[in-house]
Amino acid sequence: MAESQYSFSLTTFSPSGKLVQIEYALNAVAAGATSLGISATDGVVIATEKKLPSALVDETTVQKIMTITPQIGVVYSGMGPDFRVLVRRARKTAQAYFQTYKEHIPVAQLVRETAAVMQEFTQTGGVRPFGVSLLMAGYDDNGPQLYQIDPSGSYFAWKASAIGKNMTNAKAFLEKRYSDEVGIEDAVHTALLTLKEGFEGQLSGSNIEVGIIGPDKTFKVLSEAEVSDYLQEVE
Amino acid sequence: MTCDTPKVYKIHDKLYLGLSGLQTDATTLHQKLQFRHNLYKLREERDMKPSTFGHMLSNALYERRFGPYFAAPVVAGLEPDGTPYLCGMDTIGAIESAKDFMITGTSPESLYGMCESMWRPDMEPDELFETVAQCLMSGCDRDALAGWGAVVHVITKDKVVSRTLKTRMD
Repeated sequence: MAESQYSFSLTTFSPSGKLVQIEYALNAVAAGATSLGISATDGVVIATEKKLPSALVDETTVQKIMTITPQIGVVYSGMGPDFRVLVRRARKTAQAYFQTYKEHIPVAQLVRETAAVMQEFTQTGGVRPFGVSLLMAGYDDNGPQLYQIDPSGSYFAWKASAIGKNMTNAKAFLEKRYSDEVGIEDAVHTALLTLKEGFEGQLSGSNIEVGIIGPDKTFKVLSEAEVSDYLQEVE
Repeated sequence: MTCDTPKVYKIHDKLYLGLSGLQTDATTLHQKLQFRHNLYKLREERDMKPSTFGHMLSNALYERRFGPYFAAPVVAGLEPDGTPYLCGMDTIGAIESAKDFMITGTSPESLYGMCESMWRPDMEPDELFETVAQCLMSGCDRDALAGWGAVVHVITKDKVVSRTLKTRMD
């Protein structure tokens, strides 16, 4: 169809007004492992499946949830290498902000800057869009926040969201279970249950990754043992 | 030709900036900082805290380490929680915050002397005005380079009261 004639060049609109490369980038995201995030009254939790290509991979070295600043963490669905580039840039942006203002970058500002980078790669010659969607979780003076950033550079704040392979089912599950009064501990349980919905096999501390930021405003990735503890509470 | 150019600029209701030194650099520096604060306000949807402004200013001055702005600032204001903030720096951004007083400009010895002896903690706004006024006026009167008086802004959580003082016009 006519669309495909416009799908090779990133910087050309198709007749229907789409940038087809961005659509394809979103396909890359939708093929990636499921990730989700839930914003609670006193914190935010993000979690992802750690689907490894083989049992021989040393899963302790695979890190899908990264810390950008002590107050902000991020998880992705899509292409891992693209994610690492964005994490590197986001960390640098955050440090440059701190160097200038001696104040930690607010979550919304970091999201804006990262989204701006992703948008740049949709309007420049010779590059391709990033094949990841990010879920950025943070806690600053405006409280706990969860943002999703897409390959196009558009971003949204969510109370709860999922990206990647199983996102439609996961979002439906979250819509039913989410409430505005949920606390961080309940949010973790809900996140684990949501992951469980689309998971093939048994959830364990070694095949999922969970990151939390609580009232202490410090982001941390839970250890395998801590994840197992939460999983036991949920069983 | 007049000698009554004001040298204190308002950044926002709880943040004032004083700049001494070469007036062209002081004016330009103020314009650049205003620009930075305006953009900050649009992006972050809040006013800059005085401590943040101080650090940004220090950073901005150091960027010109080898061709500096010949302007030495004093930043004064109230933090969002109401605590007073006061800092000063040299022309290349060496920042120093103080609980009592900060001085910049001509006849520093006179000003240091006056401030050191007249300052006391926990002054009320009116006492504070009197103290600042006396310090400035004694500094101006015996200084050939100082101008025709002073403007004093007293910043409190509800309002800012600005008063103009007249000294010897020589």
